[in-house]
Amino acid sequence: MKDQWALYSKKVMEHFKHPRNVGEIKNPDGVGRVGNPICGDVMELYIKVKDDKIVDAKFRTFGCGAAIATSSMVTEMVKGKTVKEALKISNRAVAEALDGLPPIKMHCSVLAEDALKAAIEDYLAKKNKKNK
Amino acid sequence: MKKIYLDYAATTPCHPEVIEEMLPFFNQIYGNPSSVYQLAQKAKGAIEEAREKVARLLNAEPEEIIFTGGGTEADNMAIKGVAFANKKRGNHIITSRIEHHAVINTCKWLEKQGLKVTYISVDKFGVIDLDELRKSLTDKTILISIMHANNEVGTIEPIQEIAKIARERGIYFHTDAVQTAGKVPIDVKESGIDMLSLSGHKLYGPKGIGALYVRKGVKISPLIHGGHHERNRRAGTENVPGIVGLGKACEIASKEMANEEKRLRELRDKLYKGLNERIDDIILNGHPHRRLPGILNICVKYVEGESMLINLDLEGICVSSGSACTSGSLEPSHVLLAMGVPAEVAHGSLRFSLGRNTTQKDIDRVISVLPSIVEKLRAISPFGKEAKSKEYRG
Repeated sequence: MKDQWALYSKKVMEHFKHPRNVGEIKNPDGVGRVGNPICGDVMELYIKVKDDKIVDAKFRTFGCGAAIATSSMVTEMVKGKTVKEALKISNRAVAEALDGLPPIKMHCSVLAEDALKAAIEDYLAKKNKKNK
Repeated sequence: MKKIYLDYAATTPCHPEVIEEMLPFFNQIYGNPSSVYQLAQKAKGAIEEAREKVARLLNAEPEEIIFTGGGTEADNMAIKGVAFANKKRGNHIITSRIEHHAVINTCKWLEKQGLKVTYISVDKFGVIDLDELRKSLTDKTILISIMHANNEVGTIEPIQEIAKIARERGIYFHTDAVQTAGKVPIDVKESGIDMLSLSGHKLYGPKGIGALYVRKGVKISPLIHGGHHERNRRAGTENVPGIVGLGKACEIASKEMANEEKRLRELRDKLYKGLNERIDDIILNGHPHRRLPGILNICVKYVEGESMLINLDLEGICVSSGSACTSGSLEPSHVLLAMGVPAEVAHGSLRFSLGRNTTQKDIDRVISVLPSIVEKLRAISPFGKEAKSKEYRG
């Protein structure tokens, strides 16, 4: 028998225990809110953009261990990326950065990708409005 | 770090005396009980002694006890067994919306085979609606299957009344007593129960063994065909160590039940009091007093259950949750939903189930650890800061 059988990877546990970038950004440039409390997970993602680069990201999440860890990871991954680069971050990439997720938890990484996309879309919509 | 196990409703550790009783049957008294020589007949004798012990726990006759591969098999045998053997009498089964999946999914499968099933509602405490049950009876009803106590919230159902309703109409009554056998007194004769399922590993016996009580005269078909074991009702060479272990576990339970019931109830109530004093916005699930002594089910608002479980696990504390994330499905606990708990609140449920190794110290530890876990998770949750948020309807 193996010594270690655990639901989550060490990386997931690390992000779950010490989530990065928890909270809100005052006057954010983009906010994405996805999920539904009835389904058991809601993710809020805030981004600050400067010269087309994401300079800060924060989150709040109601959800399971995987939901919290993927939220934490995605905020780490987007920082310093251009908006265009950030749009390319897939749920798979988030899951891989966490050394994988159990199959039944992959939908949590989809939520992270969706939250990021929603925040960027919100940013782009606001930007377009300003430019008009 | 000392493990604090508070998931006795999921499974229990084997009682040391149970293990001791089982050991000779692995490699000393290993004969096949169907054989004639003494090595085998000793094993057969041990099975019959165990059968008497199980019967005694329920006030049944030994020949009314069929050993099965567990509680799930016992439920399957009772429900499918009655459905198959009583086709001429009818095709309608009544059960409840809060049954264990062993019952609900067996009934759903029978629906696919053309049977009709009614799932009775429960009130906010999880007590089944007797009026609805009475109104659901038809000339085609052959079986009522209602659990003795619910495994998630611990609510004890009025099985004596249900048995009476069934008896008056000549309908069989089965009860899943997996959570109650060995925990609260059961008298199948006095209660008018026709069939009752129990499981070894929920009462400090081994896993992979259970029993179905079938009152003399009840017509059921066997599920497993083969040799003449268990009076032609369950074929297959007997799980002798398991049966012996179950018998011993029932014997111990008969002796310890009364004291243990009182002790667990006190500890359980202390746990709730302590948590309720230290954590805002928690809800007690289940009946306030008609409830199993060792079960405490609460919903902690604004946080999700699995995230609490993992934090508790990091502290060495083992509990369960009815959140979707722990069930492997997208829906939270069907029991809490049936009781009218909003889905978003049900995701934050925690079940503590206490047992024979639970101490006051364990309870104190949970009371000291959980509040800070909840506080931490609420700080991460978008609902934590605006407790009265409209979107979060709970």
